[in-house]
Amino acid sequence: MKPKHQRLTLALLAVAAVLGASGLALSALKDQAAFFYAPGDVAKAGPPVGRAVRLGGMVQQGSIAKQPDGVSIRFVVTDGTATVPVSFRGVTPDLFREGSGVVAEGMFNADRSFTASNLLAKHDERYMPPQVAKTEAGPMHETKTLAP
Amino acid sequence: MPSIHALANPARFLKIARPLTPVLLLAGAALILLGSWAGLTLTPPDYLQGETVRIMYIHVPTAWLGMGGWSGIAISSIVFLVWRHPLAAIAARAIALPGAVFAALCLATGSIWGRPTWGTWWQWDGRLTSMLLLFFVYLGYMALARADADRGGDGRIPALYGVAGSVLLPIIRYSVVWWNTLHQGQSIGLTSSSIDASILWPLWLTLIGFTLFFAAIVLMRMRTMLALAKAEARMRRMAA
Repeated sequence: MKPKHQRLTLALLAVAAVLGASGLALSALKDQAAFFYAPGDVAKAGPPVGRAVRLGGMVQQGSIAKQPDGVSIRFVVTDGTATVPVSFRGVTPDLFREGSGVVAEGMFNADRSFTASNLLAKHDERYMPPQVAKTEAGPMHETKTLAP
Repeated sequence: MPSIHALANPARFLKIARPLTPVLLLAGAALILLGSWAGLTLTPPDYLQGETVRIMYIHVPTAWLGMGGWSGIAISSIVFLVWRHPLAAIAARAIALPGAVFAALCLATGSIWGRPTWGTWWQWDGRLTSMLLLFFVYLGYMALARADADRGGDGRIPALYGVAGSVLLPIIRYSVVWWNTLHQGQSIGLTSSSIDASILWPLWLTLIGFTLFFAAIVLMRMRTMLALAKAEARMRRMAA
């Protein structure tokens, strides 16, 4: 084996090791690196009560209810498998709407409801002009890629 | 037939690079201007984000080149480690600075885009965090390459770092697939795109334009490094 071929073999092994390492990192961090809990996770494992966490999902159609005080809202977050009722007091982001993605920062209560201190809007990877969106079937801005 | 060995010859490289640099630079600048103008005036707004979506025409090319730059460093480093071509080491060092600048631009434009759409400048989400790490890895590479050159090293240690750093590339690429993230999933695949054609087309112009521009900067930096090495060698000969 010429030294050059030896180095080539070593380099290819190094690349394979690097790819393997990133694969391991991705799968090992799968749970810890999740940015938010989905309602389905909570239904399975129980809510992490009394800890600052994030809850992500879709705002259920027709679930946003303004409260009498004028600054609080209640809505339901769903991921298709389970739902969590959320209450929030404050200003919502522009893209926060029914049928769209949301990430709520806050805490779970003992009764599996969620009290949010901050809302982030999550949109999906589809971009289109308004007239195209109108002709598409189904809810206009449904976030389809929420569940991994 | 020009083989990889022929291109590795600095004299032959310069013969190609010298006329190629202004061509890439002008073509790149023209495409960037054309794409930006089309993206600001000709395309419709997004149904959900409105006009904010236009920052895509800058953000996506910077992200592509931030990651593409490190792919270039990794490939050059492997070529240098296996075939010991000095030109490959020079290419890797030349890519590092523009790569870091584009990674920083990607983070900045993403932050500006995130504020009106998501409602936040920054979140420690998988995609955002892994891209920030890549920026730091660039800075580390530049410091290491300089330290290695100052101590008269042969460039093998920065090349190993260049290969090892590519661990981040698949992590950035698949972060939005594997983890729950605030960042949305991949819009543009090899064969399909979830961006409507009427919004997408100027993105190709800026994407190609920034890539040519990036290539021109890398060629300029490589020529500068070769010239500096030549000048240093001449000084040493005169001193001896």
